[in-house]
Amino acid sequence: MPSNMELRRISATPSPATGVRTAPTVAKMIDTTTCIGCKACEVACQEWNDLFNADIALEAPSEFGSYQTMPDLTANFWNLIRFNEHVEKRPDGSEKFHWLMAKDQCMHCEDPGCLKACPAPGAIVQYTNGVVDFQQEHCIGCEYCVTGCPFDIPRLSKKTKKVYKCTLCTDRLAYGLEPACIKACPTGCLQFGTKEHLVQIANARVEQLKHNGYEKAAIYDPPGVGGTGVIYVLGLGDQPELYGLPNDPHVPWTVSVWKHALKPIGSLLMIGALLGTIIHYVRYGRNEAPGMRKVDREEV
Amino acid sequence: MTNNWVDIKNADVILVMGGNPAENHPCGFKWAIEAKKTRNAKLICVDPRFNRTAAVSDQFVQIRSGTDIAFLAGVMNYMLTNNRIHKEYVANYTNAPFLIKEGLLLPGDNDGLFSGFDPQKRAYDKSTWAYEMGTDNFVKVDMTLEDPRCVFQLMKKHYSRYTAEMVASICGCSKEDFLKAAEMISSTYAPEKAGTIMYALGWTHHSSAVQNIRAAASMQLLLGNVGRPGGGVNALRGHSNIQGATDMNQTHTLPGYLKMPKPEWQSLKEFIDATTPKKLRPNSMNYWENTDKFMVSMLKAFWGSAATTENDFAYSWLPKMDRDYSWVYIYDGAYNGIVKGVFSFGMNPVGNGPHSKKMVQALSRLDWLVVAENFETETASFWKAPKEYDPPAAAQIKTEVFMLPAANFAEKDGVFTNSSRWLQWKWKVVDPPGDAKADQEIIGRLVLKLRELYNKEGGKLPDPVVKMAWNYSNPVSPNLEEVAKEVNGKVLEDFTDEKTKVDYKKGQQVPGYAVLRADGKTLSGNWLHSGYYTEAGNLAMRRNPVDDSGGLGAYHNWAFNWPANRRIMYNRASADLNGKPWDPKRPGIWWNGEKWVGDVPDYKPDYKPEEMIGPFIMNPEGVGKLYAVEMNEGPFPEHYEPYETPVDNPLHPKVSSNPVTKLFKTKMDVYGTRDKFPIVCTTFRLTEHFHYWTKHEAILNQLQQEFFVEIPEELAKEKGIKHGDRVKVSSARGSVEGKAMVTKRIRPLKVAGQTVWQIGFPIHWGYAGKSVGPLANTLTPTALDPNSSTPEYKAFLVSLDKA
Repeated sequence: MPSNMELRRISATPSPATGVRTAPTVAKMIDTTTCIGCKACEVACQEWNDLFNADIALEAPSEFGSYQTMPDLTANFWNLIRFNEHVEKRPDGSEKFHWLMAKDQCMHCEDPGCLKACPAPGAIVQYTNGVVDFQQEHCIGCEYCVTGCPFDIPRLSKKTKKVYKCTLCTDRLAYGLEPACIKACPTGCLQFGTKEHLVQIANARVEQLKHNGYEKAAIYDPPGVGGTGVIYVLGLGDQPELYGLPNDPHVPWTVSVWKHALKPIGSLLMIGALLGTIIHYVRYGRNEAPGMRKVDREEV
Repeated sequence: MTNNWVDIKNADVILVMGGNPAENHPCGFKWAIEAKKTRNAKLICVDPRFNRTAAVSDQFVQIRSGTDIAFLAGVMNYMLTNNRIHKEYVANYTNAPFLIKEGLLLPGDNDGLFSGFDPQKRAYDKSTWAYEMGTDNFVKVDMTLEDPRCVFQLMKKHYSRYTAEMVASICGCSKEDFLKAAEMISSTYAPEKAGTIMYALGWTHHSSAVQNIRAAASMQLLLGNVGRPGGGVNALRGHSNIQGATDMNQTHTLPGYLKMPKPEWQSLKEFIDATTPKKLRPNSMNYWENTDKFMVSMLKAFWGSAATTENDFAYSWLPKMDRDYSWVYIYDGAYNGIVKGVFSFGMNPVGNGPHSKKMVQALSRLDWLVVAENFETETASFWKAPKEYDPPAAAQIKTEVFMLPAANFAEKDGVFTNSSRWLQWKWKVVDPPGDAKADQEIIGRLVLKLRELYNKEGGKLPDPVVKMAWNYSNPVSPNLEEVAKEVNGKVLEDFTDEKTKVDYKKGQQVPGYAVLRADGKTLSGNWLHSGYYTEAGNLAMRRNPVDDSGGLGAYHNWAFNWPANRRIMYNRASADLNGKPWDPKRPGIWWNGEKWVGDVPDYKPDYKPEEMIGPFIMNPEGVGKLYAVEMNEGPFPEHYEPYETPVDNPLHPKVSSNPVTKLFKTKMDVYGTRDKFPIVCTTFRLTEHFHYWTKHEAILNQLQQEFFVEIPEELAKEKGIKHGDRVKVSSARGSVEGKAMVTKRIRPLKVAGQTVWQIGFPIHWGYAGKSVGPLANTLTPTALDPNSSTPEYKAFLVSLDKA
């Protein structure tokens, strides 16, 4: 079913959502306990979004000590499986080795720090279905979104001076298709659907894991950002940082201060200045620069 | 596979050993994940490296490469001593009750050798291994399984040496890990439980390759897991059509696994007499009794009207194999100047073969080499191999090399046979670029040109080529549907089937191999594939996604499953003696009072359960073999060390390695010893790449950018090696250099009381392509399994240094 792509929020634009149609929030579920790190999602992302560029790829350093394609996300690599080796100390004193694989990409936060931080009108939008998307034609390359993102996702392209990240394949969702990464996943560790439904599936899987030696299994759907449009099932759910995920992410205070304190103050100051100008005009009429008048006179 | 990819989802326990399906078969591996999620199935991974499969397993056991038999034998000993076997199945569906002649010595009583070994010939005289025959010419059995000379008792005795302590000492794993795995694996001995095994080249690339698989098959038979949904011994094939290639022929088999003629079988009758097995038990179906029908129908497909009763259906035109002609021997022959020319189609021996340097030398001694490929491979460009391969100076190489651009899989129609034995038709997606031609056109043009030359110039034996049936509407580039029809088989003259009284008319496609005849009235290119292109059309094109098996995932109307569209082989074993499924929720076939229903029965549909016809219809015994005389190194699997081994065999130090391993004798065939090369090395594959092809593809090169060597943290520390340092790995045959990937995923092993290190590196690189790197096989030995002639790519000795 095609997803409702009406806008809910727009960066640097105080107007609330314009749409009247409602839509359920969509989400992606990543069950790390069934991820085999095959990278089909990486390739699908590269291919669907036409991101592959041999020149840039060759510049990217390879990552050793791991099977990870590259050390980090780049402006043209939006979907990266992170591989981490971890030795778990079990309560009984024994050790259990884990090779953790978790796909990293934009989390599509309910409360998106990037959108809040963005000063360029319309450069970042959130659709009614929850997807957060960048509109590069409005992007001014200031990288405030990078500061605003608690997951360190957006990346500035040196070439275009614009910022890029996963779009959740909005150009597929609009036609009722699942994101490319989901389509390519061979094991079903990636699933797409309404968030409500996926949380149910994830909860059931967590219960199963708890009975199978993963006592700390949990869903990752951090409340600090109002929940995310990408939820994880983590076997070692008490330590999301082992998977490269922040433990308790929040929109950085600098952004909150900017958005909730400084920005209104700034706006107030600006409105005050404007009001002052109007009052001044009404009371005293036009300000005339001395030189101007002189010229006028000369002309006259 | 005895079973199917989809059927993996029906398993309660999945043992992955000698394979890494999460890495190498990620799409098929979804069914293992499905079993874990929906059945709470347990996944056990046993491997030298903590790999991608291990990452999602419930239990991982690290073992030393090349010690799989010890591990499996240990599990069998655990099962036999703890009474965790499926008794009814074992007694009735295996050769456990069969008696063996007096005089058999087991390796435990004979310094590591079975009786009959000839050290000069490095071969066994198998006469003492034979079954004890009764006066009725059938094998004697003891259904109580108590006779000390019955297979069951011999087996108990043989495997009793593989205690948990011995397994730990040989494999280098902990006793506790082994016991935990043994407990999980053997939990499927309960009749209502089923467990599967997924294996691949991690078992076949050893000097005891076939015995690895025999051990697995024995274990599955003891657990009653063969022939049932959720069970089986499942080989995961590596290339998209390697199963089809094996089915069609190999150097030692003709299509459909008919045996290749030998010089002593000069007439068709001699061939049939020698290769048609005799029933060993009265209730054996012994399906190979039909060898003559399959063979004659194949000869008719090869030579058409030139194959007549008068000329033995042209049997004399088939080559007679006087020695091993498998492919390592082909290149050894080239090295020794015996083989003068090589056609290499879809094959890259310099990359694939053991001992790359010898391969380069071998090709440079040929008169000519024709390579039909998508890319210029290492083989096609062997004459410009880099100096580390010690190639002869290009000016001294006299080999004339022809590179024929060939269409790839997406650029031609045809049929792929997958691991599940499904024949699936595929359709051409795009035209091949430039001058590239489909294989059938390259072969078609060769055939026509060779005929022209034979006709004009004559030759020693022109008939096999000149008289070959080549009756395609376009002889230059045969339409593959016409070839498919020929493989399926057709009626050449009207006849009435003697048993069924059905009339068959000339020109009709045969409905299956059951109607093939030995009188020349039918032809069939490969009896085993017969049934896929019948009067109902090309069944390999079927794509009906409806599961008609009540959720078991058999999909009988999807493609065509050899043999006879059967989804699970030996499926009579899925039911008890009365024909009731062992697990009513997962039935294979069952007796409904009149006939067998469910999957396509591997059995005559109206054989009554009380007739007790053996379920293993291809074995002359009629039952599954826990004891197999055919094997060249012994009727039971025994742990032998890899040919290059870091320790003496803890079971029998005097006979450490497989005593009948096939070895080579040129001055380049050198083997390393532990004093110079103390570290065990293995090779493996990566999800990101496919064989030696994808290094030509930039997007995949991005995912794994260069050759690396996986080194345990502890060893790296000892050697002063850090992540990303350049290291040199050397074997007796050469050395490779690459970056170190220091990892916790390989741990030091305690083997026979001493610390043994293992390292490994992926194949996939070479000197041709966009991403170049060393050929892994520069280091691998020319030591072959004595049954299959597969090289020991997965266990050899090396030294490791900072480069």
